[in-house]
Amino acid sequence: MREKDIQYLDKEQLYELQLSRFKRTIERLFTSSPFYSKLWKKSGISPDKIKSLQDIRRFPFTSREDLRRNFPFGLLTLPLEKVVRVHTSTGTTGKPKAIFFSKRDINEAARLIARSMKMTGAKRGDVFQNMMSYGLFTGGLIFHYGAERLGVLVIPAGAGNTERQIELMQDFKTTIVHITPSYALYLADVLEERGVDPKNDLDLRIFYLGAEPYSEETRDKIEKIYGVDAFNSYGLSEMNGPGVAFECKRKDGMHVWEDNFILEIIDPLTGENLPDGEEGELVLSTINREAMPIIRYRTGDITYVYPEKCRCGRTHRRISRIKGRVDDMFIIRGVNVFPSEVERIIMNFPEVARNYQIILERESSLEVMRVKVEIKKRFFDGSIEHLRSLQERIKNKIKSELMVTPKVELIEPGTLPRTTGKSRRVIDNRKL
Amino acid sequence: MSKVQQISVFAQNKPGKIKRVTDILSRNSINIRAITIASGDEYGVIKLLVDDPGKAYQALAEKGLSVALNEVLAIKMEDKPGGLHRIMEILAENNINVEDAYGFVIKSGKIAVLVVNVKDIKKAKEVLLFKRIHLLEEKDLYQL
Ligand SMILES: [Zn+2]
Repeated sequence: MREKDIQYLDKEQLYELQLSRFKRTIERLFTSSPFYSKLWKKSGISPDKIKSLQDIRRFPFTSREDLRRNFPFGLLTLPLEKVVRVHTSTGTTGKPKAIFFSKRDINEAARLIARSMKMTGAKRGDVFQNMMSYGLFTGGLIFHYGAERLGVLVIPAGAGNTERQIELMQDFKTTIVHITPSYALYLADVLEERGVDPKNDLDLRIFYLGAEPYSEETRDKIEKIYGVDAFNSYGLSEMNGPGVAFECKRKDGMHVWEDNFILEIIDPLTGENLPDGEEGELVLSTINREAMPIIRYRTGDITYVYPEKCRCGRTHRRISRIKGRVDDMFIIRGVNVFPSEVERIIMNFPEVARNYQIILERESSLEVMRVKVEIKKRFFDGSIEHLRSLQERIKNKIKSELMVTPKVELIEPGTLPRTTGKSRRVIDNRKL
Repeated sequence: MSKVQQISVFAQNKPGKIKRVTDILSRNSINIRAITIASGDEYGVIKLLVDDPGKAYQALAEKGLSVALNEVLAIKMEDKPGGLHRIMEILAENNINVEDAYGFVIKSGKIAVLVVNVKDIKKAKEVLLFKRIHLLEEKDLYQL
């Protein structure tokens, strides 16, 4: 089937494709995966009982812990001579997860990236600077393969080394970059310091933002600073890396490539499936992977499925931007808060610069959320009254939207550590 | 009439901040006439009167500080009781909100100068002049 046709399959055809791939995956896992066959036999599941996609709900979840416990080879279903690559990822807990790829797996992962890039308007003749880290992280290499598959000129710049990134953009007239949102903001600061106007002095037109949660306001900011179209993308190593879901030109939710994945949203506490439109934890199953299929993987990411069809005509369902991680969410005075919500609120204030920090503390017996906000230099007019009023407005806005009264601190721009990779915005001092 | 301009610097309440500001100014041979700190809970605004406000503004901004330049009222206080009260009264009568005020003394306690921050500086000047309150000019400040 041609790439274009897959994206616009009608609902029934897409369903049939998913069901047949799902059945084939389960059958193969029963015979080739000791991990899954043991797990499923225990739950009384057999492959010939699968009649519809709904039947996936009878299967147990696969957790990050399962991947760690069975590190390194436990979920591999191919002999080593048929595997060509392994990526590992270490979480905060230290113990790594291993993800294996056959040659076909890499091609399929690259296919989804090429498809996604093309969807957003990338084409031959574009110059693509990949500012994601290469190596064990899938976000760099898999995107690289996808871009080459599409046929753009790839600069494998990797992460960091800001001086060189700027030189490369200038020398090769880079038109597309793949970048984390926090690094995009940092890079904007450095460009400003150098007197380079990203809008007029560079040739940029498309940004792919990924690898960390961020707000719609941050995207707007990046688009305005650079004068580009910035597209949101979603992926994780356990699911082949980047390109699991991608925004089309409508920029209204990310299409999950359902020919390769089965998508579910569950209540993270009960494990119950939730209907489209309801927010919960994203659960994904691979149905087009050879070396290491994973069924019902709990991603830990919070999102919801758009119930309506996208105006672009593609039938693959969309998920909202990731609101946060199940583990990032913190509870303060009984209220669930995602750092991304705080970010969205404060970024709506034009006076606020790009950096902020949330500190959770205990003052006597009361829990306190302290929000440190950098303010723009040009907003400062010498009036302490204006500072106080800004402080008050931020406080009230957070209070009315999140039901938590924060302590807002205004600080000078450049005071908080500037982050270049995944950023740590929340410091929880309550445990001490 | 030349305006009296005040330099304001945004500062978290860090002990080193004032020193940082005064160091930059002294390296640029700028003399400080008066310095005061208006403080919020966790941050403050350092306010300065200097002999070359334009140059000071540039020097501080170049070093990356959040800095602003505002016109203020500088009033020579008479050595009579009730002088301060009278000025505040005039401003209040005319609905002019005083954001901040500080005084400093020139020449071994002989002359006191009151610096007043108001939003509507033009109106404040008019009403004070109408009441024959003498406003100082920039050159007066440094010749006193
Ligand atoms: Zn679409």
